[in-house]
Amino acid sequence: MSSALALALALAVLAAALGVAAMRPRHLPVSVVAVVGAALLVAVGAVGSSRAGDALRGLAPTVGFLAALLLIAEGCRREGLFEGIGSVMALGSRGSPQRLLALVFVVAVGVTALLSLDATVVLLTPVVFATAARVRTSPKPQVYACAHLANSASLLLPVSNLTNLLAFHASRLSFAHFGALMVLPTIGAVGVEWVVIRRFFATDLRRPRQRGSKPPRPAIPRFALAVLGLTLVGFALSSLLGIAPVWVAAVGAAAITMPALVSRTTSPVALARAVEPGFLLFVLGLGVIVAAASDNGLASAVRDVLPTGTSLPDLLAIAALSALLANLVNNLPATLLLIPVAVASGPGALLAMLIGVNVGPNLTYVGSLATLLWRRVLRTEHADVELGEFVRLGAITVPAALLTATVLLWLSLRV
Amino acid sequence: MRALVWIVEDTWQATVAEAAAYLPAEADVTLLHVADTEAEAVVRAARFGLLGRRPPVDAREEPLRAISEQAAGSLLADARRALGRVARCEARRGRIEREVIAAAATMDIVVLARDGDRRHLGPRSVGPATRFVVDHAPCRVLLIWPDLAPSLTTIPPPPEKPLPPG
Repeated sequence: MSSALALALALAVLAAALGVAAMRPRHLPVSVVAVVGAALLVAVGAVGSSRAGDALRGLAPTVGFLAALLLIAEGCRREGLFEGIGSVMALGSRGSPQRLLALVFVVAVGVTALLSLDATVVLLTPVVFATAARVRTSPKPQVYACAHLANSASLLLPVSNLTNLLAFHASRLSFAHFGALMVLPTIGAVGVEWVVIRRFFATDLRRPRQRGSKPPRPAIPRFALAVLGLTLVGFALSSLLGIAPVWVAAVGAAAITMPALVSRTTSPVALARAVEPGFLLFVLGLGVIVAAASDNGLASAVRDVLPTGTSLPDLLAIAALSALLANLVNNLPATLLLIPVAVASGPGALLAMLIGVNVGPNLTYVGSLATLLWRRVLRTEHADVELGEFVRLGAITVPAALLTATVLLWLSLRV
Repeated sequence: MRALVWIVEDTWQATVAEAAAYLPAEADVTLLHVADTEAEAVVRAARFGLLGRRPPVDAREEPLRAISEQAAGSLLADARRALGRVARCEARRGRIEREVIAAAATMDIVVLARDGDRRHLGPRSVGPATRFVVDHAPCRVLLIWPDLAPSLTTIPPPPEKPLPPG
């Protein structure tokens, strides 16, 4: 098979897999097209079976890591961590929308960094919405902050974003070193969000209020917090102890899951659903598809465009191009595509790439499919919502956050 | 007289107090709250970015709407209690300013609160949604300050203009 034909086929399969994942037709699981497509590419020789095997073996630890993290997040939900956080925020805000926003920032950054952006989007954001309703303040600034921070704060640790996990495995960085290099960029990106969101929603945040009734004292799930804290310590010490962080995650997952299994507060079926086997298969399928596209010309095309240096202009260009690609095809395939090219230029390029693919999606959330998806959301909602405000906020924060975070990464690499 | 009192989460107490003080006793009062569906849509839309992960829960199953409706109901009930007279409660959902105007179509007066900058007298003391309602209301408008109005000294001095010739 000619490589042009193979590339065309691989790109078509990639588009189909992403399209299905984005549109979610009712009776077609997301993984089917990715897995069948990957098998097809191997069968027609667009990618060799040994190369496909390498891609799968390369992804396996990341997929295992992701499964463990999903179990930890599910355990935290089961233990009532997110309801507890909601009550703490309601009490701590003392009825002030601005103080509530500050708490939402602290909590969203913490949850995103430790439990990944998925937990912030799926588990925390609805709680923040309910908390704003309880405090009787406008939910809009709080919910927008949460949704934005799920991306912007996901720079910090390898576990904060699936893209980071993928890059972390490709890099030779230790868990602690990764975090140390990404502290300043995360502070920069979150700082930009703080400044912009407070100004953008100034009207909603500054309304005068009278004291309401005091919310009840929250119940804090100590067990879940202890497991989370110990897992984090384990991650930080993993390289000193010579243990791969994936094992720390596995121990954390077991620690929070086993007692619930024993006491029957959860079932094996619920746990199997929580690790999202369909999505894990989707990632593996996507890995093979991207390998096929890369080998047949896409990687060299990316290599021609992506700078290889680690000067500030190079890092800025890498972050900007990665953000652009993440908006075109979503950040997961963008990361799979960029890692092999960026890793050759060292950790600086790899981390600049992550800044792009993690912060970039705030521009449109889902890239060029955005408008399509918004229409779909609106259709299910029967709501009259404009895309304008959403895009305007992204258009202000994303370029500023990309610039700030990348400059701070460049500084961090220098010390 | 049919009066519409539009209450918003943060400023509802002041609006209700002013309505109680200034609406005539025989006024037929409707308390209105509009839930902004944009926040719910943002919560749901964020999930679409998680390509393939965490399938979005069916809109009907998700508790967001229930949370928002329950919050609106309890806010309206508290407002009616604070008003201290017979009043109808109306909860709407959608784009806030449009819903308020639609509800005001059959009214003689709408009571609402300023929601912008309250340190200065001036146009910025009215936020976008409130501005739209004030500009498009098909009836009289009672626009209140949710707390004490700032002093006249907060108005900037008039621009110096040359006197017209003659």
